[in-house]
Amino acid sequence: MSGIPQAAKGDISIRGVSKVYDPSGARVTAIEQCSFDVAAGQFAVVVGPSGCGKTTLLNAIAGFDTISAGEILLDGEVIASANKQIRPGSDRVVVFQNGALFPWRTMMENIVYGPVRQKTMSRPEAERIARELLRRVGLEGVQDKYPGELSSGVQRRGEILRALINQPTVMLLDEPFRALDAVAKSVMHEFVLELFDFSPRTMFFITHDLDEAILLADKVIVMTTRPARVKTVIEVGLPRPRSANVTGAARYRELKQSLLEVVHEEALKAFQAGEREMA
Amino acid sequence: MAQSSSLGRRLARAATDAAFWRGLLGLTLFFLAWYVLTAVLKLPRFEKIPDPLAVLVDWLNPHATRSLFTAPYYVDILYSVARTYVAFLAAVVFGVGLGLFMGWSTLLFNFTFPLVEVFRPIPPLSWIPLAIIVLPGIELPVVYVTFIAAFFATVINTILGVHSIDRKYFLAARCLGARPLDVLRDVVVPGALPFIFTGLQIAMGLAWMSLVAGEIIAGQRGLGYYIYQAASLYQYDQVVMYMFTLGFLGFVSSVLIRRVGQRMMAWEEARRKSKG
Ligand SMILES: Nc1ncnc2c1ncn2[C@@H]1O[C@H](COP(=O)(O)OP(=O)(O)O)[C@@H](O)[C@H]1O
Ligand SMILES: [Mg+2]
Repeated sequence: MSGIPQAAKGDISIRGVSKVYDPSGARVTAIEQCSFDVAAGQFAVVVGPSGCGKTTLLNAIAGFDTISAGEILLDGEVIASANKQIRPGSDRVVVFQNGALFPWRTMMENIVYGPVRQKTMSRPEAERIARELLRRVGLEGVQDKYPGELSSGVQRRGEILRALINQPTVMLLDEPFRALDAVAKSVMHEFVLELFDFSPRTMFFITHDLDEAILLADKVIVMTTRPARVKTVIEVGLPRPRSANVTGAARYRELKQSLLEVVHEEALKAFQAGEREMA
Repeated sequence: MAQSSSLGRRLARAATDAAFWRGLLGLTLFFLAWYVLTAVLKLPRFEKIPDPLAVLVDWLNPHATRSLFTAPYYVDILYSVARTYVAFLAAVVFGVGLGLFMGWSTLLFNFTFPLVEVFRPIPPLSWIPLAIIVLPGIELPVVYVTFIAAFFATVINTILGVHSIDRKYFLAARCLGARPLDVLRDVVVPGALPFIFTGLQIAMGLAWMSLVAGEIIAGQRGLGYYIYQAASLYQYDQVVMYMFTLGFLGFVSSVLIRRVGQRMMAWEEARRKSKG
């Protein structure tokens, strides 16, 4: 596989980031003074109550939206601050929650879209690499199908390959497996772990599934209830290459227990805040 | 060869298809009721309507002013088809073009949408006086009147089509390095296609309806023109025969658009098939 593995770049530094939606009106503070780092090649998983501001943060890194204060650095370069927003680009590819493969393109046409549009590869070369990737993950045979003909698990894997072929510095995944059933999910986990071992790069992965978080992550960042701040950062430290078997390890259960406690605390706060809003 | 065998297969499939037989039954019942009301019972008012058998006989009569066996019948069809299709194609080009840009650019949308909404309800018939004095010759005003309603239907549906596209596809394209024109070609156009084709179905119908209005101006040739002509000579058999000719041509046009749409949106077909 020419080129795909290895990424020495991809240091993300989030420094004092705040985001206020609708500053002249409702003033919804989604993120407040949020700071943490993700080292190049690290698998970072962000968990937090729903509505706390995780997507907001991801959108800022992707270049979809602005931030109100603080700055986000990628390899030392400011990519977002109160007065700067760099455009989305294939160095920070997003995998969306409900999938965003183009329904009007076949799987192959979807996967080669990035390199062909940007002319970083010729079409035959991109197709050759796409075929190799598909074969590697056991998806040969779907290349000429439209997304609408495929299961959502297969679609999601195809979308991750569509991102990967660009060799992004960072992959941004926003609850990509949320809509999948448990079986499909475990297939996805194996898939992501394998790809990460094969081609490590900085991962910024949002979920609210704690098992998913520990299974995949080098580092779990727990966010507070809105406005999102960093509540705790947990270094996972389970060995790689990893498989679903780690869920049996004592270290895994320890991590799960401590994660549950912090998250529960925040969930309770979110619940009470909800109650207050209802009252 | 392949054509006829696929047609044969289609007919064979139609023969075992309940929908086909129900459709046929509906048509048969309609013509039967029409015949009974106009030729057998001759109810008041109905007796003024030509009965279907008389129309059919006229249609097949080589000595009628217009029939299947007279050249002028086909000249009328040719003129009308040409006018309608030119008008329709103009509506596609200008309507889809404008609609795509209006849907894509909020700025252009804000500028032009009120204008479109004011012009859209103006009936094609009322355009005739201006069309005649502004546009040269006879064919241009006729085509213009045929075009105008189809154009607005196409614009509106194309805008709706663009607005129906999920934002995530725009974001995904930009993540993958698409520039604005790539986004237009790779997201806006294919994403809007289902609505565009719905619009084109409506537009084609409107074009045929407006054609008859436009052909008031024609003064010669065309199905609409001849309907006025025949009516002024009290040849109501001929009027009804031409009405059905229009209906048939409109029906065929619809089928054609649907076929083209299915070909251009292979992904929709594939999805429908795979979901059973
Ligand atoms: N465009 C927007 N305008 C106003 N408020 C928004 C907007 N997008 C998100 N929000 C609000 O910001 C908060 C955080 O949203 P989000 O980042 O999507 O949360 P999460 O991804 O953690 O579930 C939510 O309360 C949401 O209602
Ligand atoms: Mg979210």
